[in-house]
Amino acid sequence: MPKELWKGNEAIAEAAVRAGLGAYFGYPITPQTEILEYLSRRMPELGRAFVQAESELGAINMVYGAACAGVRVMSTSSSPGVSLMMEGLSYIAGTEIPAVLVNVMRGGPGLGNIAPSQGDYYQAVRGGGHGDYPRIVLAPASVQEAIDLMGLSFDLAEKYRMITLVILDGSVGQMMEPAEMPPMQEAKRKGFDWATDGAMNRERRVLSSIYLNPHDEEQTNFRLLKRWKDAQASEVRYKEYFLDDAKYIVVGFGTAGRVALSAVREARAQGIKVGLLRPITVSPFPYEALDQLTGQAEAFLVTEMNMGQMLDDVQLAVRGRVPVEFYGRPGGVVPFHDEILDEIHRIASGPLAVQSNPRESWLARMTA
Amino acid sequence: MATENLVYERPEAFTEMPTHYCPGCTHGVAHRLIAEVLEEMGVIDRTIGVAPVGCAVFAYNYFDTDFVEAPHGRAPAMATGIKRVLPDRVVFTYQGDGDLASIGMGEIVHAAARGENITVVFINNANYGMTGGQMAPTTLPGMKTTSSPNGRDVETQGYPIKVAEMLSTLAGVGYCVRRSLHDPKNIRLAKKAIRTAFETQVRGLGFSMVELLSTCPTNWGITPVASLKFVEEHMIPAYPLGDYKISEAIKQVKI
Amino acid sequence: MQKEIIIAGFGGQGVLFGGQVLAYAAMDNGKEVTWIPSYGPEMRGGTANCTVVIADREIGSPLVKNPPLAIALNLPSFDKYEELLAPGGTLIVNQSMVDRGAKREGIHVIMVPCNEIAEEIGDRKLLNMVAVGALLTALPEIKVEDAEKALEDHLPARHKHLLPKNFEALKRGFAHAQKEWDKAPA
Repeated sequence: MPKELWKGNEAIAEAAVRAGLGAYFGYPITPQTEILEYLSRRMPELGRAFVQAESELGAINMVYGAACAGVRVMSTSSSPGVSLMMEGLSYIAGTEIPAVLVNVMRGGPGLGNIAPSQGDYYQAVRGGGHGDYPRIVLAPASVQEAIDLMGLSFDLAEKYRMITLVILDGSVGQMMEPAEMPPMQEAKRKGFDWATDGAMNRERRVLSSIYLNPHDEEQTNFRLLKRWKDAQASEVRYKEYFLDDAKYIVVGFGTAGRVALSAVREARAQGIKVGLLRPITVSPFPYEALDQLTGQAEAFLVTEMNMGQMLDDVQLAVRGRVPVEFYGRPGGVVPFHDEILDEIHRIASGPLAVQSNPRESWLARMTA
Repeated sequence: MATENLVYERPEAFTEMPTHYCPGCTHGVAHRLIAEVLEEMGVIDRTIGVAPVGCAVFAYNYFDTDFVEAPHGRAPAMATGIKRVLPDRVVFTYQGDGDLASIGMGEIVHAAARGENITVVFINNANYGMTGGQMAPTTLPGMKTTSSPNGRDVETQGYPIKVAEMLSTLAGVGYCVRRSLHDPKNIRLAKKAIRTAFETQVRGLGFSMVELLSTCPTNWGITPVASLKFVEEHMIPAYPLGDYKISEAIKQVKI
Repeated sequence: MQKEIIIAGFGGQGVLFGGQVLAYAAMDNGKEVTWIPSYGPEMRGGTANCTVVIADREIGSPLVKNPPLAIALNLPSFDKYEELLAPGGTLIVNQSMVDRGAKREGIHVIMVPCNEIAEEIGDRKLLNMVAVGALLTALPEIKVEDAEKALEDHLPARHKHLLPKNFEALKRGFAHAQKEWDKAPA
């Protein structure tokens, strides 16, 4: 199929359609509304289900219902809307059924603004909803990657009977890039042996997240964790740039990772041995890759469009063996590459101490 | 040999599980009416129920159909999701007054406004039963509950919500009535209404809801018999029984 | 090769579409390209801008602080990007909407009366295509014919009757800027 110039949000919508999306439920919120708008035309055209819900609460619970029926279903929203969906996410996790949720993140907390942000990393990766549940989180950095990850998100959700979140900042949703779409898949129910699709000629089924006996709930938690171990073993994805001989390693996801790439290239041109690791799955996180890189690294630089959230995961991988530094732009500000280049220069001119909380020195530099 | 006429048996749409409801509570009656209707219509094997959060949280244990368990108040949204992808199945929610008329007011109003082809059985017993009898949106003025110990004061705690009347104003609603479960005659009328509601759904005639005035002897703190009397004397005047909306298409349906 | 372009102006001046024409032409020439708008309330009539990055490898940052190439379709954009332009860069200015000349040394400021040229062609809305044509004098990776083909291939069918005038706008913009280059000391 030839490349076309796709806007991120519309590309996500079409890629989901091509992945066999059977139902979509959403609510307008900037900067993801184009997904809703696109699907309001596209889904009925294909005879598939589309509802503009009364709220994000309504939307995620429609997703919950359709997921119980065994179709590929998704919702999309942006940060404040995703907060409202946390109830449904926890129930979907507890019911062990697959669903996909896209968060086109914007500046926060609160109403914040509509500018690109990565402030919902913790919410996506650590949980957000109540209870103890793992979830897969994919973080595309380009339009093509967003397209590719949409298909993957449904496959993984079904393979692990788990929520898959796709988190991108508003700029990936709004940008246009040449990209290629995968072939169309039909929206067919796959005959899952758990789906509540009407007990025709079989034993009835019940889908629920309720386990009143704590020991049953404990077993459910164990089951979720075992499934998560499998996902951790098989599904970690990341992209490496200039890492072979790198002494300084930048880690950034999504747009922050892209901006870092520009900085790393320029630093390389200046002879600095710096590389970049851009996680594509931020959950499961590439702990092992970073653990191994710790052997060759003199220092890490984590760059994010927030106050240092993925930073925790990098520190967990590095475990204090070498310094981990942080540079972030929260609140909806997108860094320019020269800011990250300055940080690379600072780190390469060393020596640095290992800090338990690199945010403190970062904040001091930012507010000096 | 004497012949015996079987006049009463467990409906096919029930499982063997005994219910957990309190003695004298009318949930069991409402469940039975739904089960009988599903059996009579021959739709048990293509029905999917949506249970609420509230006393009926275990409804999925009692009906021999596929069932899902919704978050508090979200049953109409879940039912929407199911019905939109399985339009030939029969989908119903079973919700109490806290679930439907308080936390789930947005979901019920918009499911009705969209004319979702689902059936809602709404149990109005004027309080939150499962959590121990707190004030609900349907609690009568002056009625004592554990969270309105001096009686519901409308000045500070607002007025009851009349759900059937309110939803009947929406164009998407095909069938919307209020019945009561306080005596055999009204129970028969309630069953007919539930049947009509499901017929509305299978004919694709829009959203259908039956509001059922019900008892809660445990939390009302009176006997089951006194509870039935309370419904008749206090609930019905506040929540008049009647047909709030029956669309022309449904009036033509002969059952 | 990597080139970054910012196009800025009022909402309604065709800023975003001007950038998309460059993006389509770059894509059709087999380049990597990223087009990113400023989005949000400014869509509704205030100032608008978009950034286009064209490269022959994976594009890193989609945004650029100091672009080597820019189009300023109004005075606030002229003020802003005259300052931000990379040293040695080229700024195409819509002369019709500004009341001053260049201040900064060390950059190329090319004045083009986009509104007047567009009006001469018979459609004031074409001012963005005049400016894009002018920009192509400083962007050898995209020829005027590439931009024309991009319009032909990607303009929605209902706008196809506007193609000849769009082509004319591109050509007139290019020719005007070429004359300015000839006048200016290299």
